Amino acid sequence: MSGVEAVPRLEAPAAGRERRIAALRGLGRSLAIAVISLGLFIALSAVVGEYRDLQLADGAYYFAAVLGLTLVVGYGGKISLGHGALMAVGAYAVALLVADEHWPLAGAIAAAAVVAAFVGLVLGAAASRLHGPYLAGATLTFAVALPQLGNRFPETLGGENGLTINPPAPPGFLGAGFPPERWYAWVAGLGAAAVLFFVLNFKRSVYGLRLRACRDDEVAASLCGIWVSRTQTLSFTLSAACAGVAGGLLTVVLQLAQPGAFPLELSLSLFAVAVIGGLGSIWGAVWGAALLVLLPNWTHDIANSLSLSGNVAYNMPLMIYGVLLVAAMLLWPSGIQGALRRLFLYGRGKLSGRRVRNQPLTEQGSAS
Amino acid sequence: MTQFLNLTLNGISNGAIYGAVALALVLIWRATRIVNFAQGAMLMLTTYLSSAMISGGSPYWVAVIGAVGCGLVIGALVELVLIRRVENAPPLNAVIVTLGLLVFIEALAGMIWSSTPRSYPAAFSIQGYKVGSTRILFSPNDTFIVGMVAVVALALALLFTRTNLGLRLRAAAFAPEVARLLGVRVGRMFSIGWALAAGVGALAGVLVAPSTFLGPHTFDPILIFAFAAAVLGGLDSPLGAIVGGLLVGLVLSYVSGYEGEALAPLAALGVLIITLMARPTGLFSAARERRV
Amino acid sequence: MLRVSGLTCDYGPVRALAGVDLEVAQGSITAVLGANGAGKTTLLRTLSGLVRPSGGSARFEERELTRMAVEEIVRLGLVHVPEGRGVIAELTVEENLRLGSLVRGGDGGSLADAYALFPPLERRRRQPAASLSGGERQMLSLARALLAGPRLLLLDEPSLGLAPKVVAELMAVVKSLARERQLAVLLVEQNARSALSIADHAVLLHLGKVVAAAPAAQLLADEKLLHAYLGY
Repeated sequence: MSGVEAVPRLEAPAAGRERRIAALRGLGRSLAIAVISLGLFIALSAVVGEYRDLQLADGAYYFAAVLGLTLVVGYGGKISLGHGALMAVGAYAVALLVADEHWPLAGAIAAAAVVAAFVGLVLGAAASRLHGPYLAGATLTFAVALPQLGNRFPETLGGENGLTINPPAPPGFLGAGFPPERWYAWVAGLGAAAVLFFVLNFKRSVYGLRLRACRDDEVAASLCGIWVSRTQTLSFTLSAACAGVAGGLLTVVLQLAQPGAFPLELSLSLFAVAVIGGLGSIWGAVWGAALLVLLPNWTHDIANSLSLSGNVAYNMPLMIYGVLLVAAMLLWPSGIQGALRRLFLYGRGKLSGRRVRNQPLTEQGSAS
Repeated sequence: MTQFLNLTLNGISNGAIYGAVALALVLIWRATRIVNFAQGAMLMLTTYLSSAMISGGSPYWVAVIGAVGCGLVIGALVELVLIRRVENAPPLNAVIVTLGLLVFIEALAGMIWSSTPRSYPAAFSIQGYKVGSTRILFSPNDTFIVGMVAVVALALALLFTRTNLGLRLRAAAFAPEVARLLGVRVGRMFSIGWALAAGVGALAGVLVAPSTFLGPHTFDPILIFAFAAAVLGGLDSPLGAIVGGLLVGLVLSYVSGYEGEALAPLAALGVLIITLMARPTGLFSAARERRV
Repeated sequence: MLRVSGLTCDYGPVRALAGVDLEVAQGSITAVLGANGAGKTTLLRTLSGLVRPSGGSARFEERELTRMAVEEIVRLGLVHVPEGRGVIAELTVEENLRLGSLVRGGDGGSLADAYALFPPLERRRRQPAASLSGGERQMLSLARALLAGPRLLLLDEPSLGLAPKVVAELMAVVKSLARERQLAVLLVEQNARSALSIADHAVLLHLGKVVAAAPAAQLLADEKLLHAYLGY
């Protein structure tokens, strides 16, 4: 008996404490990044005019949506073409809660995240069993089907015209002359920063590691004891929550939630910029959001200066997305961020000049 | 009772269209193991071209043949220029390429022809037959639709099973490397497969355009429904595509009739999910192991 | 008929063939032996055009194979029966055979000839090839290759997975075909003795290089060499 007692316990409490310290440090780092990003965002919004403030607001909620999408596509290696519809879920949730139930904004957006997460849970459970084209087709169908519900239940969901909310007013302490557009931008920025914080934590956490393992090799991952379907369902749920927040923020900024704001093109555009920006990376989501906001403006300006018709201007961003998507797959399978990184590594002499054909889609490993 | 009959007949004529587009999807899947998400957009494009021919003064039948011809050319070109490069890449790449193509073609159509839907003429009368004193929801044009789809499906079946070209196409689809070793130009077979699929799609487009009207996005639901039909029947099975199409057409017709049209895509999603959960390989494909 | 010199082939950083020299005369059977990974299959795949070599040449009656497409090489009369037989399981026996006959448009003989040579195939002509046994599949792939009118036949491990009696019958058929039709055969085998029993010449590959080339009888008698490179 005494001999057994003498054996030192390998799982000393010290190791557990170390792990907790490391976790807190990671949490702190994510918080710092989110706070600093928000600070930069607010500073930027203070120096630009009202029109740009609205654009910043748009960029913020697009960022949240694309970030969520990169979780599923880049980190998880799955396709989702339904994130526009998930945004719709969040948007309508906020509209209903704020307009009908008079919830405060923060609470409504949190609730939107939960509702969208629930839908994502259902989708994710299906997604975890589907691969490649089947998943693409299923989420595509979802993207087309969901917004139609607004038309099916016009009494509660407002039909074609949708639901409106009262414009959120800036709080008194900001001063009477504070432009409401800047306030929308700040609200959207705060929401996006919160999403950023959660996603950063997820990526650094053991769940993020498990997700990447599943993406790279499902069989190997399950042999390591990772419950593949649960991990993928979790990522879908989180990703849906991000999209739900994004949709809720959209309602705040536009004060409107209607079926026409969530057509199939939105889901496809979100997916396109996630791919083009660079799958799986935070910066890729930044590029992607910027693209979504700025490209329609640029093309509109170009079309005007060339006196092209409104049709051309309106459809140009989509055409560009289409071309870039195809080009990205044929030429740069890892998107803008991947191309930039390759340039960086090439400059550092780490890569040979020869481009590898048929490179796996994401940063590391292949997708199913 | 009359409503049930009407919905059934309506479901059959819609189902024929979904079956035809599903057949196109299956043809491409069998040949190159890719789901062509741009199928709906491609048939939209050919229908627009056909409509332009009609506006330019061509008779209806010439415009239809023109649509199919354009489909054949577009299909072969897409395979040759785009798809060939991703045939050996991870499947995700090919999906994204077809999605990119979908977005591009719809944007292109919007630019050229604007997003206002336009009408497209029907081949025959769209007024329902008179049975006794009532008019049922099945018209001479519907008979034409179902008939054309049946003829095309039969023609393709004969092509694949009775001709040398069909044998080569199947060999290239089942075992490309072995087929090459037997002198089959597999690349050319893939192009032909895509061309045939796009031709079938083009035909479906001109058949359904009178009722859906012609706009850059009006065929999106058709793609969705056809995909559900193809999955239901089994992506490997041409017969499954047709049967799946009819089944999906019926289900959607009943749902639209009793619950409202807005729920149709949701019903399609339901069919899709149930099929994928219960019998992922579809109704008609025996899960075959490929042995070389 | 076939003259291979200095053939090198790489799979990425791995060198599968490191300068192979080899000659096959018309109507003769040459056995290519070697352990797993020696490069035997790579050699055949390079000759038939499935894989591009990184150096060297392979001349088949004055045509340079290394620059030709797979489909052209087949039309020239060089027919490769791949590892695993290459029977298309989803097609029927008859359809598989027809595929072979499409190459020369019937110059390789008719389906009736194929059935005469391999009666079991006729019994199963309308069945999917998936239902055939290993020996029957080998018959099918051989018959199909013959219908393509070959002048040089590349056989990759035809005895794989077959019972010894079936292997013996198979080898006898190959030998008699070679004699009757003046067909050259390049026979890759791990089963050295059965291959050497019908071959005229033999080549022993090791790590992508030819380490021995001699008349078959001589190699068959060299137990030490066989044991060193093949382990038995």
